[in-house]
This record gives sequence, structure tokens and C-alpha cells, in this order.
Amino acid sequence: MKAFAALLERLAFTPGRNASLTLMRNYFAVTPDPDRGWALAVLTGGLELRHLRPQLLRHLVSERVDAQLFAISYEFVGDLAETIALLWPEPAEYQVVPLAEAVALLSGDDRAGSTLARLLDRLPKDERFALLKLATGNLRVGVSGRLARTALAGIGARSLSEIEEIWHGLAPPYPGLFDWLTGGPLPQVSATARFRPVMLSTPVTEETLPGFDPADYAAEWKWDGIRVQLVCEAGQRRIYARSGDEISGSFPDLLAGLEFEGAVDGELLVARAGRIAPFTDLQKRLGRRTVSRATMTEFPAHLRLYDLLQQGAEDLRPLPFRIRRARLEALGEISPRMDLSPILPFADWDELARLRADPPAAVIEGVMLKAWDSPYLGGRPRGPWLKWKRAPMQIDAVLLYAQAGHGKRAGYYSDLTFGLWHQGALVPVGKAYSGFTDEELRRLDRFIRKETRDRFGPVRQVTPSLVLEVAFEGVNRSARHKSGVALRFPRVSRIRWDKPAAEADQLSTLEALL
Amino acid sequence: MALKTDNLLEPHPEGIYCPAGDFWIDPMRPKPRALITHGHADHARAGHGAVLASRETLEIMAIRYGEEFTQSRQVAEGEIRIGEVSVSFHPAGHIFGSCQIRIRPDNGPVIVASGDYSRRANPVCAPFEPLACDIFITEATFGLPVFRHPDPLGEAAKLLKSMADFPERPHIIGGYALGKTQRLIALLRQAGYDLPIGLHGALMRLSRYHQEKGIALGDLLPAPEAPQLIIAPPPALGSPWAQRFADPVLGYASGWMGVRSRAKARRVELPLVISDHVDWPEVTATLQEIAPEEVWITHGAEDGLLRWCALQGLSARPLHLSGYEDSDSAPAEPEA
Repeated sequence: MKAFAALLERLAFTPGRNASLTLMRNYFAVTPDPDRGWALAVLTGGLELRHLRPQLLRHLVSERVDAQLFAISYEFVGDLAETIALLWPEPAEYQVVPLAEAVALLSGDDRAGSTLARLLDRLPKDERFALLKLATGNLRVGVSGRLARTALAGIGARSLSEIEEIWHGLAPPYPGLFDWLTGGPLPQVSATARFRPVMLSTPVTEETLPGFDPADYAAEWKWDGIRVQLVCEAGQRRIYARSGDEISGSFPDLLAGLEFEGAVDGELLVARAGRIAPFTDLQKRLGRRTVSRATMTEFPAHLRLYDLLQQGAEDLRPLPFRIRRARLEALGEISPRMDLSPILPFADWDELARLRADPPAAVIEGVMLKAWDSPYLGGRPRGPWLKWKRAPMQIDAVLLYAQAGHGKRAGYYSDLTFGLWHQGALVPVGKAYSGFTDEELRRLDRFIRKETRDRFGPVRQVTPSLVLEVAFEGVNRSARHKSGVALRFPRVSRIRWDKPAAEADQLSTLEALL
Repeated sequence: MALKTDNLLEPHPEGIYCPAGDFWIDPMRPKPRALITHGHADHARAGHGAVLASRETLEIMAIRYGEEFTQSRQVAEGEIRIGEVSVSFHPAGHIFGSCQIRIRPDNGPVIVASGDYSRRANPVCAPFEPLACDIFITEATFGLPVFRHPDPLGEAAKLLKSMADFPERPHIIGGYALGKTQRLIALLRQAGYDLPIGLHGALMRLSRYHQEKGIALGDLLPAPEAPQLIIAPPPALGSPWAQRFADPVLGYASGWMGVRSRAKARRVELPLVISDHVDWPEVTATLQEIAPEEVWITHGAEDGLLRWCALQGLSARPLHLSGYEDSDSAPAEPEA
């Protein structure tokens, strides 16, 4: 597990997506089976390991290290697993321990932790740290399952869509997967109710839209929920996020009592008596392994159907959208918690623009355009599906803090914290990392260095004098932010060198949008 | 049993004073007579009346502060009589020219002030010499059992692997001008890297000095002429200087990188655990080897080391000197 520990260590310090992909690709390319399979399972969150209680870990280390030295060390390091990894006595000589052995140990039943202690005795520091992080279940390497699968697509001949197509039919340590990735035969895929790679759209604007023929496209509202795929096959019922991660556990109400056989694509929303609730209500349902009856009653899940991918034994994806849509409509009601996303009638782009400007509900983010003749293709093919989002919301905020960026922005202060006025003072409301040109970045950097008032480690506090026009997609209530609100996808749309800070917006402007 | 040391050494916030010889060791403020262990700015200051130090330390001080850094200077060779004590200088293994200072009174305990020291093989300086003494004054920069510095060659290999993973990205490693830079270069040479290494301008003079003294560092060029691998003072990593390099991998070489929260706070992609100070196994083994009657602890994580001494039944006291930054971090001191 030496290479695995080195990979985790490196990933933990790598903020860039491309750099993370390179590191994973290089690891997968040279590490033998089954270790790379286990590593993939760890990175994609595909392992259900038994998590050790901190109490047990403290007990193990107390048998080897003086209690007072442990206490002083823990206070300095601040993380239990790391403190123990650093303090644990060094093995007399280096031994190769396969990752598979660590996984087997953590999958087994060792209530006293004695086998874990014996394994720690054989490992050097970095590997002890990796093992203890696995054992405590908080790896924090900043890699999503999808990013790990994207790395797989980089090592051989298979595309991400091909990988996602079979992904849910595989189980750790994925025998035959890596062989297939580099040109070998398709591995045995056993499971039913698999995920199908989701078809995504590309953005259009008023300027680029006239290049398309309105007669070729169906239009629908773009709902502000989360895009999901619901699959029912041979008694298995599953819901997948568009990343391919399974989220069935969060939505048992949606899956209950389904008789349908097939796979549908739709938008997951919270709806009460046909009225779609704001995104913040949906957030109450996300990221849960289990969900209480009270939560399900208060925030009932709803699926607005976009597409039909599979019906019984028939794969509909190669058929044109026109036919798939007709087949979806012909299905009738699958469940009282599901309905069809309506097709919007329009003659030309001007008419659609009027519809988009005045949507019937607040939870509509714009319109979707789908070519009537488009097959369902995983990934983001250019052209067949277009999203025409409504104009973002904007606010004038004041730059308060800045931190240097990474990679291409190394040495430039490009991570910006901005605030709004509230009772005569500026309250931080969010952070933005993008939205400026290289020229603006350089000017901004000079400004921040010149206007620095104080430093807190790598963070500079600047004189609150520069106004940033911040664009965002929505506002949520947030208990974690001092301001009580959190912006969705904030980015700098313009730097207002001309505007005095006193004329920036009030926090109440955002509160009014809640 | 506490030794009778009145009149022999007094700890003060600005350094250690020896009344019997009327001199200071590594004082923070100008003093009439100073004995200097090594050239880091938190030990070697300009403006003393007289300085006694190793030849290399005197030369380094002259490079950093100009020839006028003291009114008079003396190279420490052999045993030297000052007032009622005899002093001698012995290698400390920390940086080029670094020394421990042994103080021998006519009557009373022998004291060794070790300054900053390391027990690792270091191609740029002479190894630490264990000296018999009654009182051993030690640093405790890494005086916690969590600090076990890995093999520095393994850390150099980590850097070379990153250069293989990201051949198109310049690698810029933060390291202090005196000691860390030259050690890092020597390690990379040992690890087989023989291409030119780029240096930030602030590191060039002292590196050239090491080469003039016969330490092989290979081909060193101004940073833009060897952008694949560059060493720079840590503050330069976040300065406009770094902006000329496209998408660099930033690294930092320091003993603190062994603890994740410290490494994260540096906001670098490639933390390298390379230190010129003793780690926990080394400081404890050194105390066992020297076996003094008493241990005095100057600066760092005293609590850990005090606890260890108590467990060993070794008499120990902290000196609470204030001025010493540890030369592995020293945020405000670009070169210490």
C-alpha cells in the first residue's frame, strides 16, 4: 500500500482537477491488480468498511505511548488518526503490505482492534496514516467518484460513457476492468438496474441561438432540482445522480410501490400538491443515507420526467427523442409522485424568449432545447441538446479578503471574499474564484498587495474600497455563514473600479430573494 | 540534584550570558562580546563589539551584514581562555560552519551549548560531535514524538517523481537561503538529478559561497534559465516573482511539513519533510548518548522533551529564551 499511501498524500495537497487526474492515471497505469482495484473502490466510495471508534484508537495508542506525551502531541497535531500514525513505533524493517490486506482487515470483525494494531506495527508512517484514515472513514482527498472514473478513461481506449455504462455492474476490486480499459475483453457485468451515462446539454445565448432552426427542437422548462435517473429492473429499484452515484437511500418515498420496468430520466424536486418547492427544500433531502418519515412528509419527493431510456427489455436510447417522448407519454402514470415535464409550444426564438422571460414558477432556471431527432448519448455531445438559462442574478459587493490561487494563478491573489452592507458594516457573504481576464487578474493582484491592511496567515485583508459585480444563480439560507445566506455559483462578472464601496448593495437585497 | 551554576550561565530573554567570562551566546541584541553558534539570522546578529565564531560563520556574517558587522572578530580554533572559563567550538551538523560551544570553568560543571543541531548525514557540513559534559543545552524545535523526519533522499525522490508526473510544469520549492537551499541541492544531486537547478536571486550569493568553499552543488543558474526546478525563499512563492512561471507546482522543504495542518497552512502542492534540526528520536538518543547531569532546553516544544526527561529520570529545565525563531519556519525572517 506504499503507492496508495503516496497517492492519497499527494491528492490531499492537489487542488487542481487536471493534476489530480494525472496523479490517479499514473497510479492506475503502473499499480498491479488487485491493489489498484481496491484503491479505485476507496476513491469512488465503493467500500463499506467497518469504522473504528476513536475510543478504540485511543486505547490502542495508550498501550504504546506515554499518556502525557500523547496528549501534548494530539494537541499540536489536531487530528486523532494523524497523531496516532505519527506516534506509532516504527517497524524494524520495511515490509510490503498489499492494500488488499488492509481492506480485508477492515472488512473483518476485530472488535478489540488487536489485528489492526499488529498491522500498524508492520507499516511505515505514510501507510499507517492511510490505514487509519480508512479505518476512521474520513479520507478527505477531494476526489469525487466521477473524477476517479474520468481518470480511468485516461489510461486506455475506453471513454467515460463506456465506463459508466458498466460501472454499476462491477464490484470491488473490479476484476478484468483494467484489462478491458487497455483493450481486453469486457468484464463480467452481473448486476441489474445499472446506471446509464446521462446526456447533458451545452449552453446557448441570445447571440448564438439564431444559428439553430426552431423547427428542429423541442423546448421544455429547465427545472431547478437535481437531474436523476430512476431504474427498475427485475425487482431492483434504484435512483442515480447524474454523476452515477447511487442516492436511492435518500428517496425511498419515490421508489415505493413502483410497478414499472425500465429506466427514466428526470428532475428530482420537492413538490406539495403539485407545487414545486424551492431548491432549499430539496437540499433537506440530499446527502442522507436514511431519511425519517417526518422529513419525507414535510419535504415530499417528486420526479418530473424528461425521457424514457429503457422499457422492459428494450433499450430506447438509439431512438430519436421524438419517439422516446411519445413512448414516455404513452406509459401513462407510473406513480402519483411523477409527472411529465411539459413540452412548450413555440413558433420561433422570439416566442420562446418571451416564455423564458416570464416562467410560471420561480424554480425554473431557463429553457432546455432538445433536437427532435437526437438519440440519447451519454456525456455532453455538442449541439443536440441546448440549455438557455435565464440571466443570472447580480449584486454589487465589496472585496474584503483575498488569498493566493493555485496552478496557473500561483502568486496571484485570485480567491476573493466579498461582503455586503448590513447596519453600517460589511458582512462577508461569499467567495468567488473566477470571472476575470488575465489582465484584470494582474490589476486586481496589484490592488490587493497595495491595499493590504492586515494578514492572517495566507489571507490578506484589504481596505474595503473595491466593488465587485458578482453574478450568481440563487440564494439559500445558511446557518454556517455569518451573514445567514449562501450564494449559488457566485463568480465575478465585472470589477467596478469606478464605483465607491459605499454604493455597494445591502445584505437585505439578498434576504429579499430568499 | 541541581548543579551549582550560579555565576556560570544566566538565561536572559535575549540570549545566554556567562558572567565568569563576560560574554553572550547568540544574543539577539548588540553586546560587547558575543559567541555565535551559526549564521542564521536569529542567532547571528550584526552590531556586537567582538564576535568569536567559526571561520565559516564569520564569513557568512560578513556576506549577510557587510564586513563591518562587528568591531573585532576572532576565528574559534582550539581552546580559548575568556575570563575565568575556557571555551571551544565543535561541529553541530546543522548548517555549514555551525558549532556547539563547550564552556569549561576552572571549578564547576562543563557546559555544552549546542545551538541548533542535527544528527543526519549532511553533505554540506561536518557531522555533530558528541561531547562529554555536565550540562547539555539543547534546542527542542521538533521536541515532540510526532516528529520523525523521513529519509531525506526519499523526499528528494518525491520531488523527482512529481517532475516526472508533471514534466510541463515548473517546480518551485521554498527553502531558506542559508543551509536548506544547499542541503536540498546536494540531496537532489545525490538522488541523481544532474541538470542545472534554478535559484531565486536571494539564494545565489550564499550558494556560490558554498561552492567557493569546495562543496559540490553542480550547475546553478538564475531561476528563469532553469525553470524545470527552482529553489526560492518561501515568501517568494506568494509574491509577484512567482507570476512569471506558468502553472507551477509549488513545494516547501521543512521539518514542519511532517504535520498535515502545518503543511496545509502553507498552501503548497508538494510538502517535503526535510529538516536541519534533530527530530524526536535523534534528540532523545543524543541525550541518552551524552548522558549529562542536567539538560537545559532553549526553544521549541519544551513540554514534550521535559516530559521525556522526567520519564528517564533526567534533570531538565526550560530556559524560556524569547528571540529564537526556529529556522525551519520563521515566517517573518525571509532567510533565517
